Amino acid sequence: MTLVFSGICSHGPGITGRADLAPPELRDPFYAAYRKMGDAIRATGAEALIVIAAEHFANFFMNNMPAYAIGMADQYEGPIEDPDWLRIPRQQVRGDADLSRRLIAEVQQTVDVAYAEEWKFDHGIMVPLHFLDPANALTIIPANINCQGPPLTPLHRAFAFGRALRRAADAVPQRIALVGTGGISHWPCTPDSGRINEAWDRDFLDRWASADEARLTAYTDAETYADGGQGGYEIRTFIAAAAAAGGKGIVDFYAPIPIFSTGCVVGWSEIV
Amino acid sequence: MSLYQVQKLLFELNRDPAIQRAFEADGGAVADRYDLTEEERRALLEPDIGLLYVLGVNGQILMHFAAFKQIAWADYLQRMRDGVRIHGPIRAGVYKMTTGLDEKVAGV
Repeated sequence: MTLVFSGICSHGPGITGRADLAPPELRDPFYAAYRKMGDAIRATGAEALIVIAAEHFANFFMNNMPAYAIGMADQYEGPIEDPDWLRIPRQQVRGDADLSRRLIAEVQQTVDVAYAEEWKFDHGIMVPLHFLDPANALTIIPANINCQGPPLTPLHRAFAFGRALRRAADAVPQRIALVGTGGISHWPCTPDSGRINEAWDRDFLDRWASADEARLTAYTDAETYADGGQGGYEIRTFIAAAAAAGGKGIVDFYAPIPIFSTGCVVGWSEIV
Repeated sequence: MSLYQVQKLLFELNRDPAIQRAFEADGGAVADRYDLTEEERRALLEPDIGLLYVLGVNGQILMHFAAFKQIAWADYLQRMRDGVRIHGPIRAGVYKMTTGLDEKVAGV
């Protein structure tokens, strides 16, 4: 049936790992918005949640890097990071190989997606699930866009991937929700960690909310790198989520939180 | 290819507890499986986080390795700054430093 939910959220590991270092007046409303989105997903009766992630060399490496991948297993595990560092315990997460197989087959009609029968989640998926599904109750379908190892897939292909996921979600009988997780501008894993270009973020979120393909895909990677840092490459996951929804987006929360090393956002889109 | 080999070692280490145990028990034996320069080998085994950063190891791979080595966040950032101070700007990759050597944008 029709996709029941499409949202976006930030996934930086500091969001959980450095919780105690963040100003509570910023952190707590962000956490509240994140959890509220989890409530909204549950309220749809979603039977599975597709997480469009930008993973960080937990599974895919430069020896064989897919532009797009979807997990196809009945079970996943994560986080790969030290659990004490991320402050999320290592756990098993339920998948659905048969549902994945049907989604992948439909996505492949327009996007050449790789499949993975083994997938270890890193912070890119575990941080969102920590807030969206604290009871570890949802069936998760991991999807990935390579945002780490250039050359990267063009933005218009990320949009096409989102469209393909939407078509695939609509084609299965289950109620499917979707979130894109990434960052907007950020310079993680460098001494600049904490640098955030708020103006660039807000302009991007305006484009995201418009769901306008031309505006969303107008960036070159050189522009993104200059204005949004290498972390800005992850706008691909938000672009895919906007494409899957098709409708206008609402930014429920945005604030730069430097100790989390990213502008922190929670938002969702109208499904049309 | 050598930087690729450093990153391949760290990628495999970061995601596999068995390799982590082997690395802790005998890091040199794990390093022997990869085609590394002496500088890279030393940086990995010490570990010299600042030099690994300057060599161009992908930041996400390096961050996960630093977490595995129990290096606290502020110390990890400072080690990268010190690496640039000693060895100069990063030699490869997209994780370049854009702030000043003594600038701490997040206060750490």
